[in-house]
Amino acid sequence: MLTARCCSRTLALRLRSCPPLRRSLSSVTENDILHFSKILDPPSIISTLSPIHSSLEDLHPFNNDWMRKYSGRATTVLKPRTTQQVSEILKWCHEREIPVVPQGGNTGLVGGSIPLNDEVVISMANMNNVRSFDPVSGILVAEAGCILQSLTDYVAPHNHIMPLDLGAKGSCQIGGNVSTNAGGLRLLRYGSLHGSVLGVEVVLPDGTILDQLTTLRKDNTGYDLKQLFIGSEGTLGIITGVSILTPPAPQASNNVILALPHFDNVRPLYQTVKGQLSEILSAFEFIDRTAYDLAVKHGQGRALNEEDVEGAECFVLVETSGGRREHDEEKLNDLLETLLSADRPLINTGVLAQNPAQFSSLWALREGVTEAVSKEGKAYKYDISVPLSTFKEVVDITRNHLQSQGLLHEDAVSHVLGYGHVGDGNLHLNVIAKAYTQEIQDALEPFIYELVASHRGSISAEHGVGSMKTHALHYSKDKISLELMKKIKEMFDPKGIMNPGKVIA
Amino acid sequence: MRPSPARLLNILVPVKRAVDYAVKIRVNAQQTGVDLNVKHSMNPFDEIAVEEAVRLRERFKDEIKTIKAITIGPSKSAETLRTALAMGADSAIHVEIPENAPAPEPLGVAKTLRAIIEKQKDSGGIDIVILGKQSIDDDLGQTGQMLAGLMGWSQATYASKVDLDIPKREATVVREIDGGSEEIRCKLPLVVTTDLRLNEPRYASLPNIMKAKKKPFEKLKPEDLGVDLTPQMETVKVTEPLKRVGGVKVANVDELVAKLKEAGFTAVKN
Repeated sequence: MLTARCCSRTLALRLRSCPPLRRSLSSVTENDILHFSKILDPPSIISTLSPIHSSLEDLHPFNNDWMRKYSGRATTVLKPRTTQQVSEILKWCHEREIPVVPQGGNTGLVGGSIPLNDEVVISMANMNNVRSFDPVSGILVAEAGCILQSLTDYVAPHNHIMPLDLGAKGSCQIGGNVSTNAGGLRLLRYGSLHGSVLGVEVVLPDGTILDQLTTLRKDNTGYDLKQLFIGSEGTLGIITGVSILTPPAPQASNNVILALPHFDNVRPLYQTVKGQLSEILSAFEFIDRTAYDLAVKHGQGRALNEEDVEGAECFVLVETSGGRREHDEEKLNDLLETLLSADRPLINTGVLAQNPAQFSSLWALREGVTEAVSKEGKAYKYDISVPLSTFKEVVDITRNHLQSQGLLHEDAVSHVLGYGHVGDGNLHLNVIAKAYTQEIQDALEPFIYELVASHRGSISAEHGVGSMKTHALHYSKDKISLELMKKIKEMFDPKGIMNPGKVIA
Repeated sequence: MRPSPARLLNILVPVKRAVDYAVKIRVNAQQTGVDLNVKHSMNPFDEIAVEEAVRLRERFKDEIKTIKAITIGPSKSAETLRTALAMGADSAIHVEIPENAPAPEPLGVAKTLRAIIEKQKDSGGIDIVILGKQSIDDDLGQTGQMLAGLMGWSQATYASKVDLDIPKREATVVREIDGGSEEIRCKLPLVVTTDLRLNEPRYASLPNIMKAKKKPFEKLKPEDLGVDLTPQMETVKVTEPLKRVGGVKVANVDELVAKLKEAGFTAVKN
């Protein structure tokens, strides 16, 4: 019954948000399967078609996202092991005009990795080898299907870390991270993937292999083509390999959660923290009270002591990473002393991790919000860039708007909450409802997009556009930019087979 | 007639700085021990002991007069005591040993604790010692029992629940035993060793961390207490367990049979 309800709802969403495909593309036939069988070994093809006859259940994880918000009707999933195989598959699909959806760990939040109709899913999961790692330069060359956590584990013995870290690290793949330009928790310290990715290997829609897998830090020779594939969400080609610069692992990390009496204190606090911790500051994360309470309710990390959360309107998690523990501790202690002994303290109190277990537990309170939200109900997630000073205002305005629409009650929307990366000006605005309904959807959109546009913000800070926000792209990009983007898409993918209906349509 | 006030209790909590449980342990190149150049923190069972002492104070308020934390170890062990103070202990004693001195053994530790307890006699004595059932580095699990033996006190080991009747000077302790739990009642003075389910230790809050810096912190040497911490055991060799060898995939039954034969398995004869 659950599935039935999901399907009808997704259909409703799709009717509204999915634009018609520009030209009639083909569906996969048994003949195509025969051809794919010549490229791939049998276990690498999952298809309901003859002669494979997989069950719908086998396809389920590829046709549905983890939030159960989007679902597709793909009949066939291909799992190539080599770039050559990806190239041969795309060559065939290009010729036959079969649309394809590249898929990584399928942990996206905007329906970018899920087919909209019956496209072929190309899962990169089997391309999971590390090609090389140079412990001196820290440059890692890995295949697209490597899971972020396993890469982290791979470089750890060499005293390096991945330049990005996000809640989905146990499932998400580096190829997906790069093609969606994933942000995450280390962005404040190590910058975006546009900086740390040094090269990519991409299979273009017609099967051509574009080898830009260089390991050069500096290369000013003409247009930087790889940048186009970072963040284009698989609409211009399939990333099969990535060369990425990994920073040396910090020798010491610590974290502290601070309880703030008012949201207004976040900005001056950020200023103070940044000033005093300078180079060892590695994260400055914001969690509002609703988000904190939900994380605790759903067992994400151990709650702070009762008396420490009393009267707190929001929380901030500060992480330090540096080269020498004593140095970092001294700085952190000085900061905490300044904060506590101020005439008009910016914080009520806080908690400083005393050991690695507490360190992870404090992080879990922040990282676990996503999971807690999905346990609480159906989530409408808006990942926006707005000026820091408006974080609370945006959450409050949205909540008031829902209330004025009569939608803020337990049968419709139960919570409106905000959390995110203060250092990056990135707010995760989440609306938790009992069920996904058109009425709530209409109340939220374009309301939120207009709100964001009024602050000259971005409607997608780090989650991407996917199929969720294609129609709203104009809130963040002007006409000229959109025209140029369309021209680029047209040039790379004249037949429109690459991840159709995503990003721009 | 006014009831005579019950004598107030003093609690001693021995804590140990140990390699953090989240750290992956590596044997050192000389095979004399493990690599100690890694993250250390308070032995988790001792953290539970500190938490229990603080909870008893919260429950019995002023009837718990003092909570003293003590550690034996090199200078870095001081931070373990700071954590205990930040969690709610009132004062700390650091019995300092040189950086490269061998780790004290349970008997040496128990004798040191005895000396400390003797020393406290003038200032009200010690009524309850709460400590971890074992430390996670050497896993010896003997200190509590040895201390109770040396002192001739009651002992309640592997505690998962502690309750006090202060006027009667009695404790009721639930112990973790094979296949269940056991409830015992014992007379004070008492040694309690903590098990995992006793409580969940709190975070140290910032104001308490700051306050901890101003709490009394006494430094002693083993000689001051007249104890000798020279080990009685000699570590011959430390090695890693054998690595598990991964399995292999076989393509068909014939290959499987061949592999089995290769490994020395033979068919059952009828």
